[in-house]
Amino acid sequence: MSNIPPGLETLDYSFPGHRQAGAFAPVLVGVVGSGNLEVLLEPASGTQCDIHIETSARGFGAIWEAVVRDFHQRHPLAGVQVSVNDMGATPAVVSLRLDQAVSELAP
Amino acid sequence: MHRTNWNTKAENRAARLARVADALGARRTGKRVATEAVVALLEAALEPGDRVCLEGNNQKQADFLAQALMQMDPQRVHGLHMVQSVLALPEHLDIFENGIASRLDFSFSGPQGARLATLVSAGRIEIGAIHTYLELFARYFVDLTPKVALVAAQAADAQGNLYTGPNTEDTPAIVEATAFSGGIVIAQVNEWVDGATTTLPRVDIPADWVDFVVVAPRPNFIEPLFTRDPAQISEVQVLMAMMAIKGIYAEYGVQRLNHGIGFDTAAIELLLPTYAESLGLKGKICRHWALNPHPALIPAIEAGWVESVHSFGSELGMEDYIRARSDVFFTGRDGSLRSNRAFCQAAGHYACDLFIGSTLQIDLDGNSSTATLGRISGFGGAPNMGADSRGRRHASPTWLKAGREARANRVGAAGTPRGQKLVVQMVETFREHMQPAFVERLDAWTLQEQAGMDLPPIMIYGEDVTHILTEEGIANLLLCRSDAEREQAIRGVAGYTAVGLGRDRRMVENLRDRGVIRRPQDMGIDPREATRNLLAARSMRDLVRASGGLYSPPKRFRNW
Repeated sequence: MSNIPPGLETLDYSFPGHRQAGAFAPVLVGVVGSGNLEVLLEPASGTQCDIHIETSARGFGAIWEAVVRDFHQRHPLAGVQVSVNDMGATPAVVSLRLDQAVSELAP
Repeated sequence: MHRTNWNTKAENRAARLARVADALGARRTGKRVATEAVVALLEAALEPGDRVCLEGNNQKQADFLAQALMQMDPQRVHGLHMVQSVLALPEHLDIFENGIASRLDFSFSGPQGARLATLVSAGRIEIGAIHTYLELFARYFVDLTPKVALVAAQAADAQGNLYTGPNTEDTPAIVEATAFSGGIVIAQVNEWVDGATTTLPRVDIPADWVDFVVVAPRPNFIEPLFTRDPAQISEVQVLMAMMAIKGIYAEYGVQRLNHGIGFDTAAIELLLPTYAESLGLKGKICRHWALNPHPALIPAIEAGWVESVHSFGSELGMEDYIRARSDVFFTGRDGSLRSNRAFCQAAGHYACDLFIGSTLQIDLDGNSSTATLGRISGFGGAPNMGADSRGRRHASPTWLKAGREARANRVGAAGTPRGQKLVVQMVETFREHMQPAFVERLDAWTLQEQAGMDLPPIMIYGEDVTHILTEEGIANLLLCRSDAEREQAIRGVAGYTAVGLGRDRRMVENLRDRGVIRRPQDMGIDPREATRNLLAARSMRDLVRASGGLYSPPKRFRNW
């Protein structure tokens, strides 16, 4: 945690998933820029979907939780590590990027 | 009581004209007054307590006359009652600080809103009322008739005829009210022609209605208010524009409309020749517009979507393009645009079937407002565009369909068949810096308390709003049958704002089943397809290219 610049907030969520992603090449969508974000999907062991968020906008934990919960409801992935690098994107943009990343996974 | 003199206005006018003649001497030739004599002209023509209309709206400004007004001696002229569309320049408020003016009736104060609030709370300005443009123009002919009008035009000739060029805007309404009630009309112009060797390209205001003309030392200021750089349109705005087109324009067959200002509606304009074309909607929607000459409309015009555009004002850089597209725009015999704010406001109110625009806050009743704490700003034309026209009697399929939806299964007065105008509020659930667009209580209520207003400054009443469009979907308020349904319909498109998270999920799903709420997928829209590639122009340069080089954006928009 020591390499996180001051001012960033870190949030972690973990959901039990049932749509096993299997092996896949890591997926990266979006860019780290003002009002935007980067989403990285990587294969992980187990049946969880782990979501790690680093955001420059502090104090929006409750909204992040609702956003990722709805995301997991749409895509109940298992065996996936989701990493989010956020620069103050709105929930609409976050949801869009997450969905875009998942669509890259689909066979 | 026996009245002997019924012509006091004419006598007063003659006295003012005589005073000006005395004061200016050789500095006046006919109606033309020397530039350096402008303050003397105003001091001679004005009397303390006069009702004065200083032309200035959200586009062109009689800025030279505003400065001259400020330089008058407050001992001679003071306590003026200003009646004007917009407070935009510092001078518009400076005259209240130095006592030249004391009372104000207006429509919009945009950039001066915060300072206006400060002056009002310090007791330096007494506000009569905040109006819409059309309301204020109407009062010019009833109980707020100007005694002196100070207007801006492009050029004048020796007789005093005025040529406004494309930015005619408010001038005809102001001059008509003043000139035909014994008032004095003074115009600042950018150029003067003798009328013999050089003539005006056309006459916008006849000389007979004009008393004095002053050549300003520099051209009057014009704000390019309606220019939006397509480079700044986001994917979420593209998604919302797709929903507007497929979920509302196509659904109701909207042919006659007005767009508000901003990137949300610019995105719609830029999707017409691409996305809407792919849906086969050309000719079925968006043929007639009450709209300023938005550069973002160029690709749709070029693709043959647009039959007519009538404009409130002009837009800097669009002059040559308009001239070359005279089938579409209203133009004079000289070829340049003739805009008219009063007529275009009437057109937007009575002859359009849809208004769509953005706002800052929407509450659970659907009331929306751009008023923010610490500012007194007004709403300009938005309330007239974004209101059902209750006096309308002509039908159109769009208007009838909206009316049927609102009246189905109702009886009595509420069930009497009639149409309804579509009024759409289009907002992202969060604005920049994560400011929620949906709130339990509008700031307008606090503002009312702070400023002691009669009413909270609401821009568009919930009763008039028919649809709320966000990135989460469309809420059709016409189909709601109770306040509780309406509240849940609004919460149901309010995303992750506190208002949205506070929804009753079961009720929202029920509203979705009934088509009151529609998600992108309910309309056959995949949000992942909402990319900037759909925009017919993605930069200012693209707009210039689409215009065949006829559009010439102001310097600050030239980023290539």
